[in-house]
Amino acid sequence: MSFRFFVNGDPVEVEVPGMRRLLDVLREDLALTGTKEGCGEGECGACSVLLDGAVVDACLVPICQVDGTSIRTVEGLGAENKLNDLQSAFLETGGAQCGICTPGMLMAAEAFLASGGPSDEDSIREAIAGNLCRCTGYRKIVEAIAQAAEQRRAADPHPA
Amino acid sequence: MPVEPHVTSPRTLSEAYALLAQQPHRPVAGGTDLLVQITGELGDPPDRVLDIWHLDELRGIAVDGDALVLGALTTYTEMRRSPLVAEFLPALSEAAATIGAAQIQNRGTIGGNAANASPAGDTLPLLIACDAELVLGSERGERSVTAGEFWPEYRRTALAADELLLRIRFPMVGDRQVRFRKVGTRRAQAISKVVMALAWRGDDGTAPWRDVRLALGSVAATPIRAGATEAVLDGASPDQSTADRAASTLAGELNPIDDVRSSADYRRAVAARVLHRLIREAGGW
Amino acid sequence: MTRTLPPNSQPTAAPDALIIPLETRVPGRATTSLPLRREGPAKLTGVAKYADDLVFPGAWYGATIRSTEPHATLVGVDLAEAFDWSQVVVVTAADIPGDNVVSLIRDDQPILVPIGGEIRHQAEALCLVASADRETLRAAKRHLSVRTERLPAVFDPLESTEEFSHLEVGQGDLDVGFAEAELVIEGTYRVGHQEQLYIENQAMIALPHPDGGVTVHGSCQCPYYIHRALKRSLQLTDEQAVVVQAETGGGFGGKEEYPSMIALHAALLARKLGKPVRMIYERHEDLSATTKRHPAVVTHRTGVMRDGRLVAQEIDVVMDGGAYCTLTPVVLSRGVLHAGGPYRCPNVRIRGRAMATNTPPNGAFRGFGAPQTEFAAETQVNRIAEALGMSPLELRRLWAYREGDTTPTGQVLRESVAAPEVLEAAAEASDFVRHTEQTGRARAARASDARSASGIGLAMGWHGAGFTGSGEVHIAGVASVELTDMGVVRVLTAQTEMGQGTKTIFPQLVAEELGLEPEEVEVAPQDTSIVPDSGPTVASRTAMVVGGLIIKAARRLRAQVEAVTDRPFPDSYQLFARDHGGMRVDERFEPYPNVQFDDATYTGDAYPAFGWACAVARVDVDLDTGEVIVRDVVSADDAGRIIHPVLAEGQVEGGTLQAIGYATIEEIKLVDGRYLNDRLATYLIPTSLDAPRIEAILVEKPFSGAPHGAKGIGELPMDVGAPAVVAAIHDATGVWIHDLPATPERILAALTGAPTPAAPGVSVRAPDRGGA
Ligand SMILES: Cc1cc2nc3c(=O)[nH]c(=O)nc-3n(C[C@H](O)[C@H](O)[C@H](O)COP(=O)(O)OP(=O)(O)OC[C@H]3O[C@@H](n4cnc5c(N)ncnc54)[C@H](O)[C@@H]3O)c2cc1C
Ligand code: FES
Ligand code: FES
Repeated sequence: MSFRFFVNGDPVEVEVPGMRRLLDVLREDLALTGTKEGCGEGECGACSVLLDGAVVDACLVPICQVDGTSIRTVEGLGAENKLNDLQSAFLETGGAQCGICTPGMLMAAEAFLASGGPSDEDSIREAIAGNLCRCTGYRKIVEAIAQAAEQRRAADPHPA
Repeated sequence: MPVEPHVTSPRTLSEAYALLAQQPHRPVAGGTDLLVQITGELGDPPDRVLDIWHLDELRGIAVDGDALVLGALTTYTEMRRSPLVAEFLPALSEAAATIGAAQIQNRGTIGGNAANASPAGDTLPLLIACDAELVLGSERGERSVTAGEFWPEYRRTALAADELLLRIRFPMVGDRQVRFRKVGTRRAQAISKVVMALAWRGDDGTAPWRDVRLALGSVAATPIRAGATEAVLDGASPDQSTADRAASTLAGELNPIDDVRSSADYRRAVAARVLHRLIREAGGW
Repeated sequence: MTRTLPPNSQPTAAPDALIIPLETRVPGRATTSLPLRREGPAKLTGVAKYADDLVFPGAWYGATIRSTEPHATLVGVDLAEAFDWSQVVVVTAADIPGDNVVSLIRDDQPILVPIGGEIRHQAEALCLVASADRETLRAAKRHLSVRTERLPAVFDPLESTEEFSHLEVGQGDLDVGFAEAELVIEGTYRVGHQEQLYIENQAMIALPHPDGGVTVHGSCQCPYYIHRALKRSLQLTDEQAVVVQAETGGGFGGKEEYPSMIALHAALLARKLGKPVRMIYERHEDLSATTKRHPAVVTHRTGVMRDGRLVAQEIDVVMDGGAYCTLTPVVLSRGVLHAGGPYRCPNVRIRGRAMATNTPPNGAFRGFGAPQTEFAAETQVNRIAEALGMSPLELRRLWAYREGDTTPTGQVLRESVAAPEVLEAAAEASDFVRHTEQTGRARAARASDARSASGIGLAMGWHGAGFTGSGEVHIAGVASVELTDMGVVRVLTAQTEMGQGTKTIFPQLVAEELGLEPEEVEVAPQDTSIVPDSGPTVASRTAMVVGGLIIKAARRLRAQVEAVTDRPFPDSYQLFARDHGGMRVDERFEPYPNVQFDDATYTGDAYPAFGWACAVARVDVDLDTGEVIVRDVVSADDAGRIIHPVLAEGQVEGGTLQAIGYATIEEIKLVDGRYLNDRLATYLIPTSLDAPRIEAILVEKPFSGAPHGAKGIGELPMDVGAPAVVAAIHDATGVWIHDLPATPERILAALTGAPTPAAPGVSVRAPDRGGA
């Protein structure tokens, strides 16, 4: 079967079984290996991507349901030499250690930042509760997200 | 890469009904249970899957006469954001907030929770305690089943092979109070060790309770009602002696099991203590 | 052309023993512009390649067929005729050209159980299958069956008669001590398994060479362990076995020894097939089969005087090694050496033994035996404080080691003892005294029907830096700093980056010595065909031991270049390379001065130095359900000189949360020797909502044996978090939890006087197998 959708703004078309997981389509069919698999069961969040702006576990989404949508992955954030504000905040605060949770963590954080809700510590912690990190103890991740929220608010105090 | 069964994505409900009438299909809604079962090789994978995600007939939250109606595809995020749910059934948005975390709440549906029929499904006791009706449909037409009758045995539902769960109706009863409490291993992404919904009718404060419903999950093979405890509570005021009697009756009437998540002793004790606390909070003592 | 200078050592300047404010500029620590994580941008953009991200065209998928019994004889492996076996390749023990052992301490663990051989645990590897696609692989697995004959299984280490190792350390005379004691306090403490739970599962990919050699890419801590294992079992030369570390998504000890097994499996398949084979574990397989932290039973008998003086400690440690030895004797020895806690005691005897059971082998995990015994020691100390009516802080002020004290192995702590400093730092930052008064008042005033309670708890600990005893001397690691022909400075070590920051601090240390910016120093890839064997990345030895080697190498490089150019290194090294070619300086580990240990009697300097830590935890306990919320933790840790404060804090915060998980929710139940918590839905680690606010306080008491004074920080915080939480639960509720994890089930049982839940870590027998 053939499915058409957008990945990081680019239109793509894949010819794969409809029950293939979005995670496998990204990693194997589209060679976008930035999105990670930590459990395949929705528990770890390493596979988090944005589906029409909402954070989802790519290991639980069949590709038939992705048809016609827009997907964002870590590859759609800043590049190595041009990190975006959130990535830079992670780098500065030490929010990434082994880095395996990082792509998913960034996507959950992007969804949170885009939601425009309050960015107090508890809200940030709730927003990333579906993303397990075994290295950091979460503190520096929370700091990085708070820092990025602060910067975005300063840059655009009245988001539409 | 897990098994990839054949899947069809109908665009209309009648198309879906027709497919189901021809051959058995396993529906997939948000996939948060089904994909785990397939990937984790928990049981045999289905031969054919029916993707119902695009069926708009199964979406939406509305007030219909004297009922709050949620389409089967309503996600937890939608429940949490809905002003109608906040107004008429706040316990449901409270329950939705305890399920998984953002990723699961964005995809998991109330219909999937009900149809999956896990004894640990968190909304199930709430459906029972609120006298919810599950509306099922097929080419043969629609019918309603009460929540109390929807889960006849372990992991089974009243759905026939050709039927879909369309929507869930929560009757709005003016003076009904509903409380929800879940005890899990951690504060997010945790399946319940005990989950409880308590509903009663009556004025606030110390007035006697009527139409008491006490439903629990994770303490038996299906979500259950605690009939003996309800009988203790019905007509009683939420005072200390009622709470004591209700708690000990509940401990006596439950027969949970030891499993990987908790122990029978703990489940029995905690169910009783949580009930005691709910009564105490309601009674304000 | 690159010249290699033979290893030799130079006198090093001993740094001052001070607590240095982090703002102060000290050698080895760039404070003005702390380098950012070297591989950070690659990780933050998805560019970094972990094993499963690597693409090798034509690679097949490998799978492991595992036992479903805890103890049995493998009678046969049957391939069903209904399946076309020409589509797959099957490997059994008969295909192993060399020794069928995973080479570690003892030669007891097979790579694959041979036909007729003994299956000793659930999920043990029996044979291997590979196929070009996963669908065929699944079908092949369905058509392959194993025949076994069941043997009786042992699950309880206290019932086991098979011992992996035992040891005893002590000083003074116990009888005299207990005769003198005015109060004797006893306690038994038990801890269960803990999974490392790196978020990246184990993964190895093997590529066969035409000459029979093999290159393995994968997720690992110790490329040279794998290198040795491949050489021995596949009968390869040094050059024929090549191991390349892929980006590694966490290890915590879990990728110390087990990757050798997976690499061997992948290599056996790849060699038989003649194509690359991917061996990528799924979480379920990873949880079911790979090593865990050793369960332990620790018994204490302590004699004290009414005024608080400690006069006698008798401690018995039993660890469950699982079915094979792996690293168990070393884990046991570290556990025993730390079992008394960081306290001065004239009469001590600590005995330890590690027993075999028919459960999957246990292995390395951050802390390496010490978290188990220090949980017991600290809980015992806190119970003694209660019995004496003293504050746990006061008691520790009285007991904590100071410079000049002697440990149970007879080691005189000559320097770098920061026990008092970490104790005071944590107590002050957490406002321990005031909070203790508050929780005490609240407890006294609490109504009998109160529904929640808060508490605060303190624990301290120590952790020997680097390998135990003569380990470092036996390893004799070599690390190098090279000036390439192209005029680039690079560091060559086998030290792997798994998130701790190796790739960031090594260039920082070398740059500091050479007068360069950290960005001007490259790190050679962890590829055994390129870097020397500088020893494994374990035991928090990277910063201290290997960091020391590269500093010395850099100093020699600088001296050599400057001797020729007569100008400062930064201004002249590129010219030097152009005119004279490259130069590589190898530095081999030399024993630290005045550090001596006798392996036979277990006496002497067990470690060149110790790190010190103290944690204070605050908890809320729900008295209806026994649920615990750990609100905040202050962890004060001394790791000698701190090289990179942000990375060091990251170690403390991450290690502390692993300790909190150990204390509260991480539990493995077993039936018939099989882990029931074998999925992420049942093995739960703390989420961001469960994690406390963690405050890391870095205390600095440098170690003079290392040129930069560093002692290693990775494991310290793991030792102290759990007993602090258990003490806080006691402060809140009045009950002592002796078994970890302190689950709501255990807490509620203690609160209500219900029977104590089953001991952690011991398998229940299968219902239908009764007495087997
Ligand atoms: C990490 C994680 C955390 C979770 N946490 C919780 C939790 O805290 N509490 C909890 O209760 N659950 C939890 N779940 C389970 C799951 O998310 C819920 O049960 C969810 O509501 C399922 O909805 P779904 O739409 O994803 O169902 P699906 O997976 O799409 O379907 C589930 C089952 O229901 C059937 N089905 C779905 N919709 C219909 C329909 N309209 N008509 C007929 N049959 C239908 C499917 O055929 C399937 O058998 C969790 C799952 C994961 C992976
Ligand atoms: S891989 Fe998808 S949640 Fe773990
Ligand atoms: S950085 Fe390693 S798991 Fe988060």
